[in-house]
Amino acid sequence: MTAIDLGLPQLGGLADVPTTDEPQKAKDYKSDQEVRWCPGCGDYIVLNAVQAFLPELGLKRENIVFVSGIGCSSRFPYYLNTYGMHSIHGRAPAIATGLAVTRPDLSVWVVTGDGDALSIGGNHLIHTLRRNVNLKILLFNNRIYGLTKGQYSPTSEEGKVTKSTPMGSLDHPFNPISLALGAEATFVARALDSDKKGLTEVLRQAAEHRGSALVEIYQNCPIFNDGAFDVLKDRDEAARRIIPLTDGEPIRFGPDGEYGVVRSGFGGLDVAKVSEVGEEGLVVHDATTDDPTYAFALSRLGDQALTHTVTGVFRNAPRTTYDDAARAQTAQAAEAKPADLQSLIRGNDTWTVS
Amino acid sequence: MSTNVDGGQSVAVSDVRKVDRVVIRFAGDSGDGMQLTGDRFTSEAAAFGNDLATLPNFPAEIRAPQGTLPGVSSFQLHFADYDILTPGDRPDVLVAMNPAALKANIGDVPHGGTVIVNTDEFNKRNLAKVGYESNPLEDDSLDKFQLHQVAMGTLTQGALADTGLGKKDADRCKNMFALGLLSWMYHRPTEGTERFLREKFGKKPELAEANILAFRAGWNYGETTEAFSVTYEVAPAKLAQGTYRQITGNTALAYGVVAAGQQAKLPVLVGTYPITPASDVLHELSKHKNFGILTFQAEDEIAGIGAALGASYGGALGVTSTSGPGVALKSETIGLGVMTELPLVVIDVQRGGPSTGLPTKTEQADLLQAMFGRNSESPVPIVAPCSPADCFDIALEATRIALTYRTPVLLLSDGAIANGSEPWLIPDVADLPDLSVRFATEPNAPDGSGEFWPYVRDPETLAREWAIPGTADLQHRIGGLEKQDGSGNISYDPDNHDKMVRLRQAKIDGVTVPDLTVDDPSNGEARVLALGWGSSFGPIGAACRRVRARGMPIAQAHLRHLNPLPANLGDVLASYDRVVVPEMNLGQLALLLRARYLVDVVSYTKVAGLPFKAEELQGVFTDIVTGAKETKA
Ligand code: SF4
Repeated sequence: MTAIDLGLPQLGGLADVPTTDEPQKAKDYKSDQEVRWCPGCGDYIVLNAVQAFLPELGLKRENIVFVSGIGCSSRFPYYLNTYGMHSIHGRAPAIATGLAVTRPDLSVWVVTGDGDALSIGGNHLIHTLRRNVNLKILLFNNRIYGLTKGQYSPTSEEGKVTKSTPMGSLDHPFNPISLALGAEATFVARALDSDKKGLTEVLRQAAEHRGSALVEIYQNCPIFNDGAFDVLKDRDEAARRIIPLTDGEPIRFGPDGEYGVVRSGFGGLDVAKVSEVGEEGLVVHDATTDDPTYAFALSRLGDQALTHTVTGVFRNAPRTTYDDAARAQTAQAAEAKPADLQSLIRGNDTWTVS
Repeated sequence: MSTNVDGGQSVAVSDVRKVDRVVIRFAGDSGDGMQLTGDRFTSEAAAFGNDLATLPNFPAEIRAPQGTLPGVSSFQLHFADYDILTPGDRPDVLVAMNPAALKANIGDVPHGGTVIVNTDEFNKRNLAKVGYESNPLEDDSLDKFQLHQVAMGTLTQGALADTGLGKKDADRCKNMFALGLLSWMYHRPTEGTERFLREKFGKKPELAEANILAFRAGWNYGETTEAFSVTYEVAPAKLAQGTYRQITGNTALAYGVVAAGQQAKLPVLVGTYPITPASDVLHELSKHKNFGILTFQAEDEIAGIGAALGASYGGALGVTSTSGPGVALKSETIGLGVMTELPLVVIDVQRGGPSTGLPTKTEQADLLQAMFGRNSESPVPIVAPCSPADCFDIALEATRIALTYRTPVLLLSDGAIANGSEPWLIPDVADLPDLSVRFATEPNAPDGSGEFWPYVRDPETLAREWAIPGTADLQHRIGGLEKQDGSGNISYDPDNHDKMVRLRQAKIDGVTVPDLTVDDPSNGEARVLALGWGSSFGPIGAACRRVRARGMPIAQAHLRHLNPLPANLGDVLASYDRVVVPEMNLGQLALLLRARYLVDVVSYTKVAGLPFKAEELQGVFTDIVTGAKETKA
């Protein structure tokens, strides 16, 4: 509930963005710029997935904007034939906020990385999420600083040996999903760069969500942190480790679906053998659960070592967006009082010299 | 009454004396309501038609310990029957609500000045708190002043005895008693204050009535007791014809931003983080959402300017307001604005520094930060208002430059202008400049490819086109990396970078700026020029008048555009034997002038957190004028 009722209807994330009937193809979204990531970089796969997915939205291309910060992934806007701004380190959410608030007719996307979003831009990230500005944040997590050539990042594991930590890093890493949920983000999801289908599905739901959507994408950096997510890319390993979320279905995983997720302790969740708890003992996933505690508990099932990793949409619980509310206030004010500049500057207390 | 004024006369007419100007300072504890009292007296003076200027002075702490020196808050007001330029150097009348207020301010009162004290607070404890060994009201230390002792607290309590108001609430009305007494002394109209109090306490009519009763009790005290043998009249000033209102710098600045949005026909996004002394700009703007003003109180200074720049990218007018420490945080985004060539208005209400410095005191030491405080070659236009009312015009001017040249513009106000007030000849909206802009609508690539090239420039202004998202066929990418001239593609080419650095500089150097006008009533006889910028306009002008009144010619000029400087400035500087530049910093403008024009200007500096005094500058100017004469002879 908002404290001030602005009478805002529930809308889709793209409700105000003009659409086109002209069929679009992935290549319509390719800019003429040569893509310059290292060979084998996970960013290529994500770029392809995004270019393939955007036509599906049927939006006018000119009404899509990608804003990025600094880092390898932040080159993203240059390669998309939409409007784009490659801004400064960590500040993309703030810049995108100003754009989204003033332009409801735009579909605004932020492309960022683990360093950009969680280190230098951590403050903007959490505040954007809590305000619930209608923009979509794609957080490419490769657990390393690539552009600056290989220092540990805020999602690197403890003890990581890098150029700046020859004796091992001392920092405890962030779990970006937990962090976003702590900020009460209304849409939080995770996907793997290699899983085009899963990634596309998450992007689709994010686009339709009205409000801030944080999508963490595990992305391989073959140059400075190769293989960080390899255990999730081996078919057998993946089956044992990945816990996929599907709304309305019991949460089950394992090569033969032999594992599931059950409630445990004080609001927590745990992994159990289905044979022991029974199908009916499993948690049925509901991303719209209003209390973020549930999604948070899901996020804690995974760990840095990727023994388990939850993928899919953790939370999709709509709440009034900051930009809708801000525009509604402005509209309300304009309705209540016409804009009369002369009378404003005149005020009530005047005197006349004749 | 002291009349050590600019040729001021005092004439005794029975017990009513006419004076041409008066400076009153209300001083008390931060909790005593001195700012409100001063504000009300100012409104009364304005309503009466005096010219006026004010100087509030308050501690950075919201409630410093009661009765202590750091807790003293004061409001100085200068009103006159002619056009004045400053809030006055020294108070002719000091109202001191407690020993701390007396101790902190008495040093500024000239010999023979009037001192009115609230005796109720002069007890042992309060005296000891501020280190008075004996009661100054009882020893001879105040002999050189006209001392009036009034038990304001007791008298207010007495007047409110029948209202049923608790002792504490009743005591809080004593500032209105003081206001009533001063209003009587200076024949001020009272209806405005009574109306104001009814409105202010609209929801608590009993408090409104109590304050009005206290206000009347103060008035009646003057009228009926014979403690005050004379009252004073300050006739209305003969200002230019028109309708006036009183306005503070921060309010004028906010109105200027509203007007800029209207004149540009653009929505305005004000992305801001609270900071003294700029917060009132945000407060004021947040009231005017009906003008399409969106105020965004961000999580920090950086997000504030980021959102403003994002809004500008989308075709709105992005504005951010802050003070010096905030500019430091915003620097990187200003640089991005320089690189992406997007319009942006950055308001810096300067305060004492470095670091947190003196949040509530004034200074003009951010000039070089505005000029050079970013990495690499990152030129931005800089403008500065010269008085509270000028803030309105300067906001429009900053917007004009930002929109025309697609650049961040730094607007340097300061604490003295922000909180100070003066009468404002209300402009006719029909006379305001048209700031409307043209967004790009067509592909513009010179190679005929039908593409949009974001860095194709207008040959005259060198501004690039502003193509906003949502415009079909103009999709393009911009960012902080160096751009290929024209196409805007990323470019690391050495020659291109050199060219772009020079183009960005040339664009700012080419901003059209009105010529500097020189005020010299001696018609060219003056050999000395006093040149200033920002809020020192008032004291410099008042000092020049005094010097001229003593038969010495001196010319005055004031810069509202600091970057680029007016095209005729070099000639102006060259046509005087000496140029004196007073600044509330260690000579920042002087440094720029010396570097650019190779003119050995005389830099006079003071960084005390307070505006210059006219008297002080009069001395400085007199010495220079006399010296220049001698050198010549
Ligand atoms: S350094 Fe790593 S993340 Fe950056 S482009 Fe190369 S492979 Fe990709």
